[in-house]
Amino acid sequence: MAAAGAGRLRRAASALLLRSPRLPARELSAPARLYHKKVVDHYENPRNVGSLDKTSKNVGTGLVGAPACGDVMKLQIQVDEKGKIVDARFKTFGCGSAIASSSLATEWVKGKTVEEALTIKNTDIAKELCLPPVKLHCSRKKGMRNISLNASMEVY
Amino acid sequence: MDVQATTPLDPRVLDAMLPYLINYYGNPHSRTHAYGWESEAAMERARQQVASLIGADPREIIFTSGATESNNIAIKGVARFYRSRKKHLITTQTEHKCVLDSCRSLEAEGFQVTYLPVQKSGIIDLKELEAAIQPDTSLVSVMTVNNEIGVKQPIAEIGQICSSRKVYFHTDAAQAVGKIPLDVNDMKIDLMSISGHKIYGPKGVGAIYIRRRPRVRVEALQSGGGQERGMRSGTVPTPLVVGLGAACEVAQQEMEYDHKRISKLAERLIQNIMKSLPDVVMNGDPEHHYPGCINLSFAYVEGESLLMALKDVALSSGSACTSASLEPSYVLRAIGTDEDLAHSSIRFGIGRFTTEEEVDYTVEKCIQHVKRLREMSPLWEMVQDGIDLKSIKWTQH
Repeated sequence: MAAAGAGRLRRAASALLLRSPRLPARELSAPARLYHKKVVDHYENPRNVGSLDKTSKNVGTGLVGAPACGDVMKLQIQVDEKGKIVDARFKTFGCGSAIASSSLATEWVKGKTVEEALTIKNTDIAKELCLPPVKLHCSRKKGMRNISLNASMEVY
Repeated sequence: MDVQATTPLDPRVLDAMLPYLINYYGNPHSRTHAYGWESEAAMERARQQVASLIGADPREIIFTSGATESNNIAIKGVARFYRSRKKHLITTQTEHKCVLDSCRSLEAEGFQVTYLPVQKSGIIDLKELEAAIQPDTSLVSVMTVNNEIGVKQPIAEIGQICSSRKVYFHTDAAQAVGKIPLDVNDMKIDLMSISGHKIYGPKGVGAIYIRRRPRVRVEALQSGGGQERGMRSGTVPTPLVVGLGAACEVAQQEMEYDHKRISKLAERLIQNIMKSLPDVVMNGDPEHHYPGCINLSFAYVEGESLLMALKDVALSSGSACTSASLEPSYVLRAIGTDEDLAHSSIRFGIGRFTTEEEVDYTVEKCIQHVKRLREMSPLWEMVQDGIDLKSIKWTQH
């Protein structure tokens, strides 16, 4: 009785394994390591990727980071005569959080003056994207300040 | 496509295991009734299956909970047994963490360990190994196939060197057993670690091969009722070892066919990626290489962002962002990979059940997303403008 049950179970299990599309084909519903969907959104539909004309007098470019650290961000801002940021573009070599942080940063600085942009903190960006603490460095404040400072210095 | 991390159960393995999970649940060490006897018989059958895969005698196979435990037993067990006369061990910088950590814990006990560097190919320099052997060296431990870059070490030559200098030779063969032919006598291996879940067997089981002629003595790590010749106490998990045995037997049958098929798929993957994307580097020697483990660096694109893009494919990366410590892979660092390329590496694993469609899908997505990410990369832009990245003074942060 027990033996027959075992035999049936075994056949069923084998049939299941052989017939079912192997598990790897199933939909991986959770995004990699539980990224917040805002991060995924910015990553898949990044805003403001690209470059502004770096030779133009109104455009400031800041470059921060090092390939050896796995993080390089380039941020460009176009400033009008009144000191307001009218356009911003970014390019990033870095992980998903770094890309999302840069993308969000370009969205936020548009329409602000340079002084206002300098007040943006990496903790604000991290909170908006719900980044886990380990990813804080990806949106580092010093980087932001550096970039903004470099960019604004170039313009003036 | 992450078979170096783990493999699915082969249906034939599950078939072999099921009766022992349902009806034949006896403790193989029970001497007094049929439940025990039939479990013992199954355990010994499995032992023979494992032994015949590597050319060993079944009495030389001890079952453990996995290759990590086997590595611990091999390294700590041998070192401690001979500690009165021998205080030195040799290993490499590209070993699995459990080997390196065991060595580190032995250093804390007063042993001395030499960590051999590897060449750019990932292979050790045999002359350096010979020079490192001292009169008080008890053990040399070198893995057969590396789990990150797939490089094959010259095991037979290392075995020859160790045997001539009377030093025991241990190899962590977790990624190699059942995939490439191994013979412990031809290759003069004294100890070998085997992992169940890397060869389409169950997780939670492995084995260690310990040579009997000449006898290698090992101090047991786990105390108890003296099972497994006193070298590893604890009830042997019959269903798991039956699964390991079946996996080894299946591997022996399928080895040649699997190797041919996986080689073809690997060729296909590498060729198709490299012909559509410039600036892709393969990490590790392409010749002394197990085809199923391919580690590629995509310059100017960060590994973790590429993994996020390839979200329907299971892969892994040597990039810092994917490791808990924010440090890129130590194996890539040991082979001298530039740090930025180390951040850009992805490991593709091809196994017995990987299909051509899966490879083609992965290749297509990979090409598409690398191109997209390169468009977003300031490094790519600078290179396109003719700037030499090495000449730039990068800022610290």
